[in-house]
Amino acid sequence: MEKEQTVHENVHIGTYVMVWLALLMLTGLTVTVAGLNLQSFAIVVAIFIAGLKSTLVLNYFMHIKYESPIFRNMVLVVIVTIAIIIGLTFVDISFR
Amino acid sequence: MANGVVEGIAIDRSFWEERSRYRGILSWILSTDHKRIGILYLSSMIVFFLVAVGIGVLMRLEMISPGETIVSAQTYNQLFTLHGMIMIFLFIIPGIPAVFGNFFLPLQIGAKDVAFPRLNLLSWWLYMLGACLALLSLFVGNGPADTGWTFYAPYSIRTGTNVTIAVIAGFILGFSSILTGLNFLTTIHRLRAPGMKWFRMPLFVWSLYATGWIQILATPILGITLALIVVERVLGVGIFDPAKGGDPVLYQHLFWIYSHPAVYIMVLPAMGVISEIIPTFVRRTIFGYKMIAFSSMAIAFVGYLVWGHHMYTSGISDTSRMAFSFLTFLVAIPSAVKVFNWLATMYKGSIDFQPPFLYGISFMFLFTIGGLTGLILGALATDIHVHDTYFVVAHFHYTMFGGAGFIFFAALHYWGPKMFGRMYNKKLSYYAWGLLFVGFNTLYMSMFILGYKGMPRRYYYYLPEFHNLQVSATVGSWILVAGILLMFGNLIYGFWKGEKASQNPWGGTTLEWQVATPPPLENFHKIPVVETEPYDHRHKFREVK
Amino acid sequence: MNHTAELIMEKHHDPVGARIGMWLFLFTELLLFGGLFLLYAIYLHNHPEDFHYGSSHLNQFVGALNTIILLTSSLTMVLSVAMLQRRKENLAVLFLVLTFLLGAFFLLNKYFEWSAKISHGLYPGSDVLLSRSYGEVLFFGLYYVMTGLHALHVLIGMVVMLFLLRFVTKKRAKVAALLPADLEQFQGKRLYLADEQGRRIWESEPLGDSVREVAVVVDGVRTKEHWKANVIKFENAGLYWHLVDIIWIFLFPLFYLIAM
Repeated sequence: MEKEQTVHENVHIGTYVMVWLALLMLTGLTVTVAGLNLQSFAIVVAIFIAGLKSTLVLNYFMHIKYESPIFRNMVLVVIVTIAIIIGLTFVDISFR
Repeated sequence: MANGVVEGIAIDRSFWEERSRYRGILSWILSTDHKRIGILYLSSMIVFFLVAVGIGVLMRLEMISPGETIVSAQTYNQLFTLHGMIMIFLFIIPGIPAVFGNFFLPLQIGAKDVAFPRLNLLSWWLYMLGACLALLSLFVGNGPADTGWTFYAPYSIRTGTNVTIAVIAGFILGFSSILTGLNFLTTIHRLRAPGMKWFRMPLFVWSLYATGWIQILATPILGITLALIVVERVLGVGIFDPAKGGDPVLYQHLFWIYSHPAVYIMVLPAMGVISEIIPTFVRRTIFGYKMIAFSSMAIAFVGYLVWGHHMYTSGISDTSRMAFSFLTFLVAIPSAVKVFNWLATMYKGSIDFQPPFLYGISFMFLFTIGGLTGLILGALATDIHVHDTYFVVAHFHYTMFGGAGFIFFAALHYWGPKMFGRMYNKKLSYYAWGLLFVGFNTLYMSMFILGYKGMPRRYYYYLPEFHNLQVSATVGSWILVAGILLMFGNLIYGFWKGEKASQNPWGGTTLEWQVATPPPLENFHKIPVVETEPYDHRHKFREVK
Repeated sequence: MNHTAELIMEKHHDPVGARIGMWLFLFTELLLFGGLFLLYAIYLHNHPEDFHYGSSHLNQFVGALNTIILLTSSLTMVLSVAMLQRRKENLAVLFLVLTFLLGAFFLLNKYFEWSAKISHGLYPGSDVLLSRSYGEVLFFGLYYVMTGLHALHVLIGMVVMLFLLRFVTKKRAKVAALLPADLEQFQGKRLYLADEQGRRIWESEPLGDSVREVAVVVDGVRTKEHWKANVIKFENAGLYWHLVDIIWIFLFPLFYLIAM
């Protein structure tokens, strides 16, 4: 148990800075892509990039990558729940 | 040490006598002891419950004859809104988890308290704050909300009654419920006694675990929905208001995304309690332990997929009506798994018909009626006919009152002696049960028939042909109330003046029966090591009486 | 004396339990915003052109700037936690203050952005807005509610940081406390401190009957327990701050980048 409590102290400061740089680059990318005229595809790309960015934040800044698997599984449960709620509502909206 | 330990039983002061840095009432309302918080919830909840019962009786009295009998139409609308709000948000949702979960979860898993005791106290304070706000909405402005407990938009955005305050109260109560769920989940993950593996946990704990997840993952949706009502009323933002382009059906979607899983917040803990009561009174280990545990999780999950069955006539798409209808039938599977496992547990057991068992199995009878009529409502074609009639009201009361309500009473009879250290008069509680059971069925069975014949819910006037059944429902409500009063009178007197209860009056096998009655402040002097399944009746336990 | 009074040493810490609790709380936040994202998705689906047109009124530059500010504040926050984990309290304070300032900067931008919209008459319920199409009314309704709720979360995060600052700079250690239940026998007695040979090095006044708790408190020290408790608080506050960041990561493209 001691191990899991202290585990993130080993995360290198450099890792955090690299993640931050990656986040800034992705922000630049999403702004650039929005400038292109991708029509309805634009929103998909924007959500995809936002998903990438939040995966980085979750894994590194929020330490999910370094935590015991229970945390990752819980996050997955939540994401699936939100997906189900949105999906089932769209079964109504898109067939109305 | 002055505090001795005899056979693992701490013989020091019980939590009732424990002194803290505060005195008098402060030593209760500022206590972070999970047992005291459980008692706080219980006492406040019984007051709210009796108020809501009173309102229910007034409503039934109004309906004894067509037209105005005792209250005006507007007052009637406010009465059914209040009845629903108090019963749902102040009694049945927090009900079993906040009272019995708080008191017995740490005891059952061999912990000294919940994971976050101060947060636990905050939950109760938020609960009381929400209750006070709901009370405030009665006396300021244009009186209490008249929207029904569902606060459907756009009416809730336009009505001049106190919807804003009522909705803020709902938001705060939701927050309280979330904190309780959060606390329980963390407690179950982190504070189980050594040897208490996941599949050695009592089934009540499993049901609280499933409930906790629903509380965490559904309640925020209600929070944001209610917050949006406030934002629309106060700031004029357009979200659900059709005059501003909004879609009021989306309000119903969001509302039921919470409120359908919420019925499992109400009923799952009840299923957990009966899974405790049955093995104790049939002296057998539970049949299909793992299946009951998994079915709790399955119900929690499937509960997220079926909210649309509240909206068949709201104008949602045909595709989604069929999808929701199909998914609704899935709920029957894990529910039936539980019922059959309970039956199999009783098979060839030596059944002891003590009061908790009697209240407990009436749950099985009433909940089965509620569940089967649920299939009628879940099926698209039949629902259109009985939609928004007394049939729905009766179905709801059979599942919630006949289900969760009766189990609340059963739990009071089962665990009350452990909590208060005294035993009630058993004979009187059998009589009270008789009144409850007869009154309940007279009241709600009449409603089933009324609804089937087409009596719409929430209507103030009705056609003369409904008169006889309306009268029988009202008479049923009187019998029911007599039963409730007799039961509470007997329990309160018993817990106050009754004979001392022994450490294990029913011969239970879970850990709460291995501590003194009533339990000491720190529950266990030495954290127990768990080596057996929860319902192992092979080892005869201390004093079975 | 020892046989009647028990010493309660510092409270037991369970960092994993604390983090589980915090994550569960974050899940409720995710679902709170999830409801709003659901509404956004449906209204975007119903009124795509109006949403694209509404988005063109928003200032992409301010949105992008705020994204960079918030991402950077997430970095400073995680560095603050990392410094405290390495027990470099002063650096932790420095990064925490930086995070706080970045949060304030974000809110300042938000303030100017909203002011500009409101001065153009684009606020909920205004005649200018209500004369527009339904889709735009909904777009701006969601814009104000979602960015407003997010800004509220930023503000709450900043208040939390002020508390953290107080916790980490406070130098006071409660070394021991006496069980309240046994205190009644102490009435009228004096407490004294003894060194290892049992010599009295300090003695108190007689205790009154109103004393409900007796604790040994030392000023001017930071104990290891104190530090451990602070690490838990910093980690959890950090988790909260990153979540606020994640929500903005989605809000930014959904509101600012869908213009056509």
